[in-house]
Amino acid sequence: MSDWIDVCAADEVEEEDVIRFDHGGRTFAVYRDEDGAAFCTDGLCTHEQVHLAEGLVLEDEIECPKHNGRFNYKTGAALRTPACVALATYPARIEGGRIQVQI
Amino acid sequence: MDGGARDYSLTGPDGARAVEIGLASAEWYHTDVPRKTMKGLMKRTDGPATRDTLIWLMLLILSAAGGIALWGSWWAVPFFAVYGVLYGSACDSRWHECGHGTAFKTQWKNDWVYVLASFMVLRNPTAWRWSHARHHTDTIIVGRDPEIAFMRPPDIARKALAFIGIPDVFVHFGILLRQAVSGPNAEEADYIPTSEVPKVKFWARLFVAIHLAAGLTALMTWSILPLMLIGGPRIYGAWHMVMVGLLQHGGLAEDVLDHRLNSRTVHMNPVSRWLYWNMNYHVEHHMFPMVPYHALPKLHEVIKDDLPPANPSIPHAYKEMIAAVLRQRTEPNYCAPRSLPEGAKPFRAGFHDRTALPEAG
Ligand code: FES
Repeated sequence: MSDWIDVCAADEVEEEDVIRFDHGGRTFAVYRDEDGAAFCTDGLCTHEQVHLAEGLVLEDEIECPKHNGRFNYKTGAALRTPACVALATYPARIEGGRIQVQI
Repeated sequence: MDGGARDYSLTGPDGARAVEIGLASAEWYHTDVPRKTMKGLMKRTDGPATRDTLIWLMLLILSAAGGIALWGSWWAVPFFAVYGVLYGSACDSRWHECGHGTAFKTQWKNDWVYVLASFMVLRNPTAWRWSHARHHTDTIIVGRDPEIAFMRPPDIARKALAFIGIPDVFVHFGILLRQAVSGPNAEEADYIPTSEVPKVKFWARLFVAIHLAAGLTALMTWSILPLMLIGGPRIYGAWHMVMVGLLQHGGLAEDVLDHRLNSRTVHMNPVSRWLYWNMNYHVEHHMFPMVPYHALPKLHEVIKDDLPPANPSIPHAYKEMIAAVLRQRTEPNYCAPRSLPEGAKPFRAGFHDRTALPEAG
C-alpha cells in the first residue's frame, strides 16, 4: 500500500461536497460526507470521462455533471444510468486537520 | 447549392468523421459560475415538481372527465383541447426533466413520472434515456446526435405536419412495435448498451399492448372515445410540444462545441413555460444539465451576460428560425447568426463551418 498523500486542509472541502485532486498524472475526486469524513474515488466518470468534482454530492452519492449518472462515492457502485461501471475508490482520512488519501 | 446533403445516420460516414476529427464526446464551452452559486442552483427539492405534477394530473383527470361526460356534443371539444395539450405536449417536458432525474429530489418520483410521460409521448423509456444522453454528449453533431429535429436541407412540409402529430405518431409507434418484436436496430445499438436490451423490449411490449387495448376497445364499442383518451392526444394535442420543441435548436449551428451557438433561449408566456417546464431556457439547460427546471430562470440571470440575448417571444424566435430554415433549403451550411453581449467570452466555434472541417484521414 502506498503512503498517505496530502490533499488539502479539511476545511477546504465543505461537508457534502467534492473537490478535484490531481496527482501523478491522474485525477481523483475527494469528498466529505455529512459527518465530515473524507472519501476518495477516481475523478472521471466511467461513462464518458467527465470530471465528477463538477457534480453534485447528494448524501452518499455523486451525480455526474454531464448526464446525471450517479455513483455511491463510498463504495464506488454505479447507481443510475448512463453510469453503469463502478468507480475505483481509495482510502481517505483526516489527520491533523488535513485530508490524506492512499492512491 | 452550398454543401451537399449530410448523412445524419449514426452508422454513416459523417458520424465516423466526427469521431475522427474530435467532434464526438468533446469538451464543451461552459460559462464560469462560482462553485458555491452552482451548488445552490443544482440543489434538489421535491416541492415545485410535486406541486406541478399534482396540478397536471388533476387537470388531466378533470378535462378527461368533462370530455367523457359531454362526449357526443360540441361541449366536449374544449375539454379535449385542454386534455390533449396536457397529455400530448406537457408529456415531453415531464419525460425530459424526470429523465435527467433533476425534477424531484426523490428518485422514485422521477422514475414514475418518467415512465408515465414516456408512455404519453410514445418513447421507449429505456431507449430514450440513452438517446438523450447521447444528445447531451454530441448536441447537433451530425452522425452522432440521434435527436436532431431539423436535418438539412430541411423538410419543411414534414415539420409542419408534426404540429398535428403526423407522421410523427406513426413513426414513433412503428419504432415501439419494432422494439417490441426485435429490440434496438443498428442505429440504436450505437448508443444503447446490450445489457439494456431486455428492458427496451419490456417497455416497448407494455406500451404497445396498452395502445392496442385502447384500439380494440374503440373497435368493440365502435367509438373513438378510448383513442381520444389514450394515444390520440399524441396527435391532436402535440402542437404545443412541437411549437416549443422546434425552437430548441432549429436553424442554429451544427457541429459546434458551444451551446450558445446551437441552442436557443426564448422568453415565453407563463402557461407555455409551465407546460414546457422552463425548457425555454435551453442554452442554460444544455450548459448545466444538473440544474433543475425550477432553477433555470435563476441560472439565466447568473449567466445571461455570457450568452446571446434571449429571443423575447415565441413569434420573434419563429421569425428568426423560419428565415434561417428557409435559407437552409438551398444553403444547408447557413445558420441563424448569434451575437454575444460585450464582455462575454468568445464563441467556441471552429467546427461550425463544414467547409473548414479538416479532412478525415
Ligand atoms: S459522463 Fe457521467 S453520466 Fe455520462
